[in-house]
Amino acid sequence: MFRFIVRRLLQLIPTLFGLSLLLFIWLRRLPGGPETAILGERGTPEMRAAIRRNMGLDEPILVQYGRFVRRMIKLDLGTSTSTKRAVTTEFIERFPGTVELTITAMIIAIGIGIPLGYLAARRRGRFLDHASVGGSLIGICIPVFFLGYVLKAIFSENLHWFPSSGRQDPTLEATRVTNFFVLDGLMTREWDAAADALWHLVLPAIALASIPLAIIVRITRASVLEVLNEDFVRTAEAKGLTEQTVRRRHVLRNAMLPVATSIGLLAGGLLSGAVLTETVFAFSGIGAFVAEAIGQRDYPVLMGFILIIAVVYVLVNLLVDLSYSFIDPRVRVR
Amino acid sequence: MALLEVEDLSVTFARRGQRAVHAVDGVSFSVDAGEVVGLVGESGCGKSVTSLAIMGLLPKQPGLRVGGKAVFDGTDLLQLDDRSRRDIRGRDIAMIFQDPLSSLNPVIPIGLQVTEVLTRHRGMKGEAAAKEAAALLDRVGIPDPKRRLKEYPHQLSGGMRQRALIAMAVACQPRLLIADEPTTALDVTIQAQILELLKELVRDSGTALLMITHDLGVVAGMVDTVNVLYGGRVVETARRRPLFRQPRHPYTVGLLGSVPRLDAGRGEKLNPIAGSVRDLLPWPDGCAFAPRCARRIDECVGEPPELVHAHDGRSYRCVNPEPLPGMVPAPREEETA
Repeated sequence: MFRFIVRRLLQLIPTLFGLSLLLFIWLRRLPGGPETAILGERGTPEMRAAIRRNMGLDEPILVQYGRFVRRMIKLDLGTSTSTKRAVTTEFIERFPGTVELTITAMIIAIGIGIPLGYLAARRRGRFLDHASVGGSLIGICIPVFFLGYVLKAIFSENLHWFPSSGRQDPTLEATRVTNFFVLDGLMTREWDAAADALWHLVLPAIALASIPLAIIVRITRASVLEVLNEDFVRTAEAKGLTEQTVRRRHVLRNAMLPVATSIGLLAGGLLSGAVLTETVFAFSGIGAFVAEAIGQRDYPVLMGFILIIAVVYVLVNLLVDLSYSFIDPRVRVR
Repeated sequence: MALLEVEDLSVTFARRGQRAVHAVDGVSFSVDAGEVVGLVGESGCGKSVTSLAIMGLLPKQPGLRVGGKAVFDGTDLLQLDDRSRRDIRGRDIAMIFQDPLSSLNPVIPIGLQVTEVLTRHRGMKGEAAAKEAAALLDRVGIPDPKRRLKEYPHQLSGGMRQRALIAMAVACQPRLLIADEPTTALDVTIQAQILELLKELVRDSGTALLMITHDLGVVAGMVDTVNVLYGGRVVETARRRPLFRQPRHPYTVGLLGSVPRLDAGRGEKLNPIAGSVRDLLPWPDGCAFAPRCARRIDECVGEPPELVHAHDGRSYRCVNPEPLPGMVPAPREEETA
């Protein structure tokens, strides 16, 4: 097990290397370039050249790449051209917010999706089944930003149940430890701060969870339906086991395999979905920051973001593979 | 009184817009305590559906109708509620299935799959249950049972898997064991071992066995009474010896004729039954086997043939049965009398 984890982590290195190369080439080859972003369309050729020299853009591409890799190893992702601060610093401040948001969204999607998908399968052809299958279709179709605005309009602007934007009420002056606001609140025993941060998470998390929730409902339903027809479920029934035991031990556990795979794949998509959700809710995570960076052609930020997504993706899928070995002994890793 | 008395059991699958399928169409037979009874027939004759209906294991679906009676030890299993049925299953009536790999849960260890029956019906837990499970595996001939308990189905061979399933089935010393083609998915040598094991378990424990098979070789080796099924009805019932020596129903004759024999003369061909189970006449319109029957006469079509009870305790559903040797053909009057 330990060797498997180490091996998978080592596989991360060539993945990242290849990715850095692709990113580097792609970003340098885009029209416009960073000097246009800084100066706008009106900069004189002399000013452009000066900026290119300052940023090292006039040097041979290989030298630029070598420097890029060296800096990346030192976790130095460069300086944001728009905020003039180190990208790493910006990310350390903002990434925890995004992580909190995606984890909350994932908890919502899994916590509702699996039971709902299971119930839909058990009540196949009846109202709950049709409702959840139809509902999940709508969930997949509605764009995240649209759903975000609708939720905001109803639950915060009309009903005032939830705050409409931000991560926490700034007047609380909560202590910052890890920049995970909920965690900080718990660690410093500022319960009101933790609760407030959690409260701010609800609407954006629901918006972000809509698509993964819909997908998980459908996959769970299909998977449970398949497992219910398996011979071993009939064996379990023939043993006279209680319905509860049959369901928990024999049906759900086997039905979880495809669901676990899809959760791994969805996690990467969630980070991209966060870009839109955070913008709608003015939630100061990495997503909103990146949305701005796209408009500003803030290359260092974009590059850092893509790298982070890649790392998270690989790590989440490592977790999924590990969870597999707990669920299914046939793929047990050694 | 018989341990299990199945009376006029019928199973119908109805689909909207389609003609209802009578998978089982009035099956009656009985199993005495300690007896080994065979349910024999081709695929599609309703033998598996019969056993699943008795167990209450037919997949719940709209359009499924089960009629008739299956009286086990005085209670009609078909009238029981779900809870009492679960109490009986695994404790009083246990079942072994065809494909041992797919019949075992792939993601939990063999041990738990054995102990869960002990926990459910005998209230055994922890160490005691594990010990009993190991003893059960040992009893069905699985070597090194302690280690096997921790293993998963994919780590066992096909024969071992079937042995493990048998261990689960006999865990609570059921009074009736239903084996649905228990050897079909296994190698020939393993088949013989499994049959030997079943025979031994039945002999030692006094459990009655309902053996469902298409394989007359299995029947010849161990069954006391044979019920031959065709088109969802029993067409012939007899003790094993008379059935093999003098089959009366043309279908039974056909089944026996399609078995390859080592003592057959060189160049002698097998005699398969013409057609397939699909060439079925609905029972109300006459004998379902008539379209494939070599001894068909005019009376076969029109009315369903009645079950004829012969003097030697056997019965068959045929208006023109195979004559007994040394008997004038036209034995009908004599035997119904």
